[in-house]
Amino acid sequence: MDFIIPERRKERVDRGIKVRTEGIYAISSLEEVTYLVFPRLVLIMGILLLPILMPSLYWKRVISIACIYSLLALGFDFLAHFVGLVSLGGAFFIGVGGYTAAILNKSFGLPIVLTIPLATVLGALICTLLLLPALPLRGVYFAIVTLMYPLALMRIIEALNILGGTDGILGVAGFPNRWVEQYLIIFILIFVLFGLRRFVNEDIGLVFRGVKDNDQAVRASGINITFYKALAVFIASGLGSLGGAYLSHIYMWSGISQFALDFSVIPIAATVIGGGGTLVGPLLGCFFLVPISEWLREFGTLRIVFYSLILMMFIMFRSEGFMVYAQRKYHQFERWVKV
Amino acid sequence: MREEILLQIVNVCKSFGGVQAVLNVSFDVRKGEVFGIIGPNGSGKTTLINCITGFIKMDSGKIVYRGQDISYLSAHKIADLGITRTFQIMRPYYSLPAYKNLIVPLFSPRARRTGGWRGGGKLGDRDTVSIDILEEIGFERDSFVPYKLASSLPTGYLKRLELARCLALRPDIILCDEVFSGLSMSEIASMVPLIEKLQMDGITLVMIEHRLRELFRVANRVMVMNFGEKLTEGTPEEVMEDERVKEAYLGSEKLLDYTFEA
Repeated sequence: MDFIIPERRKERVDRGIKVRTEGIYAISSLEEVTYLVFPRLVLIMGILLLPILMPSLYWKRVISIACIYSLLALGFDFLAHFVGLVSLGGAFFIGVGGYTAAILNKSFGLPIVLTIPLATVLGALICTLLLLPALPLRGVYFAIVTLMYPLALMRIIEALNILGGTDGILGVAGFPNRWVEQYLIIFILIFVLFGLRRFVNEDIGLVFRGVKDNDQAVRASGINITFYKALAVFIASGLGSLGGAYLSHIYMWSGISQFALDFSVIPIAATVIGGGGTLVGPLLGCFFLVPISEWLREFGTLRIVFYSLILMMFIMFRSEGFMVYAQRKYHQFERWVKV
Repeated sequence: MREEILLQIVNVCKSFGGVQAVLNVSFDVRKGEVFGIIGPNGSGKTTLINCITGFIKMDSGKIVYRGQDISYLSAHKIADLGITRTFQIMRPYYSLPAYKNLIVPLFSPRARRTGGWRGGGKLGDRDTVSIDILEEIGFERDSFVPYKLASSLPTGYLKRLELARCLALRPDIILCDEVFSGLSMSEIASMVPLIEKLQMDGITLVMIEHRLRELFRVANRVMVMNFGEKLTEGTPEEVMEDERVKEAYLGSEKLLDYTFEA
């Protein structure tokens, strides 16, 4: 047996900047402020500039769709990595939100400024109530229940020919112009991203993370875990419903294709690529995956092959996800040390 | 010793399939005492605690706390009444620092009402309260220990963290499931005064223990269980003299055969 004894190994050192100390924001120099603000600024400016940089109307629409997927992915990441509920309910949330907005607009004649917030809250309520029986379940069991709902609802609408049946609800009001359409969702997305990031580090967010880490200990602490799980599902399904409502108004139509499994699967793929538990990662993952899947349309039926290849590469070579990798590179530097 | 009965357990039964884990166990816990529960492995001690705290639904029986029937309440409601428990296998939130672990119990309705341990009904900043509690329980305030991730803490600190989680609720009773197990002799030596301190603070303790010597030092009364049934109950001295207890622990001929077969 001939072992090669390594002469040197890689050592990771945290960058010695005080602002990284948790909870204490001791900003003392321009360098430190830049260190903190720069990545956030790049992200915000990048998202804000995207619609202007996009060449055609078609690609501008893709950006809006990517934003909707990002909302779903944020909800998925929040549920999976901060509450411990793996949800495949993206399609469910989008569908319920989409139909609610369409019904509110067509049947009750509410304007778009009311339908979107109302559909967000109502959709979240409906989803939470329907998922209430599944809340004691964890992991893959919860995932299965959330996956069944959109499939079942799609077939119910089809079979009973309610809510427009297979044609869907046509003639939903659109946005006044495409700048409003694009920038409203972008601002909502940025707000949700930074809001959620703050939320999970607040005291109430720690309760959610406690439920994920050890739900029995949370019960022993005199906290009703079912309530907090329901609240978490409410938040995540609210994000999904918001996306669904937005989708209905973008396409001025709501139909059973809003229960399509794409809405459940792409957020998960985006979370894997972007890095779970970072919240920013899934968002970047969506902005990577959604345009790529559009761009691959040129390859016709081979599209799915390339798409799967990209996903497989990521899972094999960067399974931690892009953001986890990037954050490590940004916050730590590596050096070789002699053993 | 005041004789006021705080917690009354009447004829609790629980079976898992064909195994009778707890059978007709009754006892009273008096206010301010340390009540020990001992017994060989598999005698149903932990199941009993799980039944009392609502983590397992018991088959039959009754649990009365300050005259209120709490038999079939859910776990968080029982904890909300002030009956807290530690887990034998520690259940910290591994991804959080030690002091952030206490934010969760401090966020509970009970902690908000009572203000946490020593709190005067008003809960201050949770981080501060949490560090205060940790210091009282043996985490040095100025060291790194309270700020380390729970996953990097040794067993001794995790056991203390379990107790701290109970204390954050300002409990009336703590049911301790083997706080001494897995600790080194010196860690146990520092744990005993802590238990005495809790008792002096007016907290009633129910302790499941295998470390009889340490338990008998702190316990006022002890109950012995064997095969899910209550064997006897009394002061540590009385229990130690009891023939049946010696038999259960050391095993008579018959009992020895039985355990070897199993």
